[in-house]
Amino acid sequence: MNTTKWRWLSDQIISQLQAGVQFPDLTGTRYRAVRFLARGGMGTVWLAEDTVLGRTVAVKILEVDFTTGELMARLQREAMVLARLEHPGIVPVHDAGTLPDGKAFYCMKYVQGQTLDQSLPSTLRERLRLLQRIAEPLAFAHSRGIIHRDLKPANIMVGPFGEVLIMDWGIAKIGRDALRWSGTSAAITAESDSLPKEPSVPEVPATAHGKILGTPGYMSPEQARGDSDQIDERTDVYALGAILKFLLAGDLSKKESNLKPLYAICEKAMAEQPGRRYSSVQELSDDVEKYLRGDPITAYPEGVIERTLRLYARHRTAVVLVLAYLMMRILFILFSRR
Amino acid sequence: MPGPHHARDAKVPGGINIKAELALELQGDAFPATRYSVISAARSANPAERSQAIDTITTFYWKPVYKYVRLRWNVDLDNARDFTQDFFLRLIEKDFLGSYDPVKGRLRAFLRTCVDRMFLNQSRDAHRLKRGGTLAQQALDFDEAEQELSKGAQKVDSPEDYFEKEWVRTLFAQAVEQLRVECESAGKNLHFQVFAGYDLDDSDPKPSYANLAARFNLSVTDVTNYLAFARREFRRCVLEKLRVMTGSEEEFCREAQSLLGVQPK
Repeated sequence: MNTTKWRWLSDQIISQLQAGVQFPDLTGTRYRAVRFLARGGMGTVWLAEDTVLGRTVAVKILEVDFTTGELMARLQREAMVLARLEHPGIVPVHDAGTLPDGKAFYCMKYVQGQTLDQSLPSTLRERLRLLQRIAEPLAFAHSRGIIHRDLKPANIMVGPFGEVLIMDWGIAKIGRDALRWSGTSAAITAESDSLPKEPSVPEVPATAHGKILGTPGYMSPEQARGDSDQIDERTDVYALGAILKFLLAGDLSKKESNLKPLYAICEKAMAEQPGRRYSSVQELSDDVEKYLRGDPITAYPEGVIERTLRLYARHRTAVVLVLAYLMMRILFILFSRR
Repeated sequence: MPGPHHARDAKVPGGINIKAELALELQGDAFPATRYSVISAARSANPAERSQAIDTITTFYWKPVYKYVRLRWNVDLDNARDFTQDFFLRLIEKDFLGSYDPVKGRLRAFLRTCVDRMFLNQSRDAHRLKRGGTLAQQALDFDEAEQELSKGAQKVDSPEDYFEKEWVRTLFAQAVEQLRVECESAGKNLHFQVFAGYDLDDSDPKPSYANLAARFNLSVTDVTNYLAFARREFRRCVLEKLRVMTGSEEEFCREAQSLLGVQPK
């Protein structure tokens, strides 16, 4: 072989070498990296081929310098807990492990679609239904003691049939309950016992790395302060309120209904004090449902005129019929008197 | 005659092999408290150590400097040769690097500024110093540099950007050569050939893993694994060289992130 061939490397080769060294080293695993997909909060996601089952998967590699075994254990536990979050709105984790270079990875279902920041439904109703579909897997995760902590449009994938998947649980807070719940079989409980115990595992990542992770605009005040004790499902309520605000801001027709109640929902969800927010994402979703049905919502005390207009909008046909009937009766009375 | 592009193991007085030392250092996960850097070596009181450091700097920078001068100042070939040799001689004699502070900027930005100043000074004095001397330990292949310049200069945004790109090109070429030598001595020639066949091939369309498997009589899985090994080693080679050529850990990490997209451990 000509050894002088690479004395001068073309720009193309330089780019290839740069891309090549960033390629994950999946040696020893059943996966073969195909191409880069995305960069998340803590790592990169690669399209990969599962060489055993011959299917396409997504491999997320956590780009964290694992200097402590505790942090590694924490991340492995996170993958294990997420793997048990079996919900159609949560990307299933198939596998987890460690690569030859010491980086931890998850293997998950490869999801095709567009993230919410790339594509928005055109009508208000569709957007609100979408928000409700985001709330469903969140409520499920909360019931298992898991707080997402990085909810934002870029982390919400909308599939071709409108299905919603919440992505990037990399900085999720895993509460003690996440390990305590028994699931559907005794095996899960037994496995949970073998997991690292919470007290010996550092919080990820606020205190472990000494920095705040999350996304400004979608991050609750307590998260921004790094106050991990205060973080609970109301932290995700805050982010969901911010997502609703995002949905309302994007190119809606002016003919859409009165948006004030919806902004009131945002305001309540994004209250500075967690105690003033909705207590759960389900409660927020219920308020959205009430809005869609034309019922009064808890976040927005309406005046007489607004109530009248809302009732009119809700019962427009009936009101028109009654008014028409009354008009006819009046006309009939007037003409009969002549 | 070994050209400047050939890998060489920098040696400090006493015959200590820097590469071997680096390899030992890199076995640990954490950065060592002290590190070998050409910056500190170039300031050493020991003339041999200083000369060795300049030799290393010359290896990495002579081509970027030569090509930069040709493009930036539109200097003809002979004067650019003289200037380049003169520049690196003066690095030793005038202790240019004594005023370099890694906190304030990158070494290559500093060197480029030195090149500009020296050129302007010489032009102002209308005194082109032609010593006719050459660097004692370096054989600079200017004809090769000139050929490379004709290949790459068409796509130049600015001479400054070109200087940066040439530095990366030299660094990567040095790392590739180191990888080749190491693979050869470790009996992993085939690993290098797979790497060369894939990552060092800029043909279009690019060969597939299956093509390479057929060419080298390997399985596709072997190709994947050989490539992963070579890339890992290539990354190590780049990081080793980068580490030597940067003045501080912060600069090293920043450069590694910018060049390779990795946070070195």
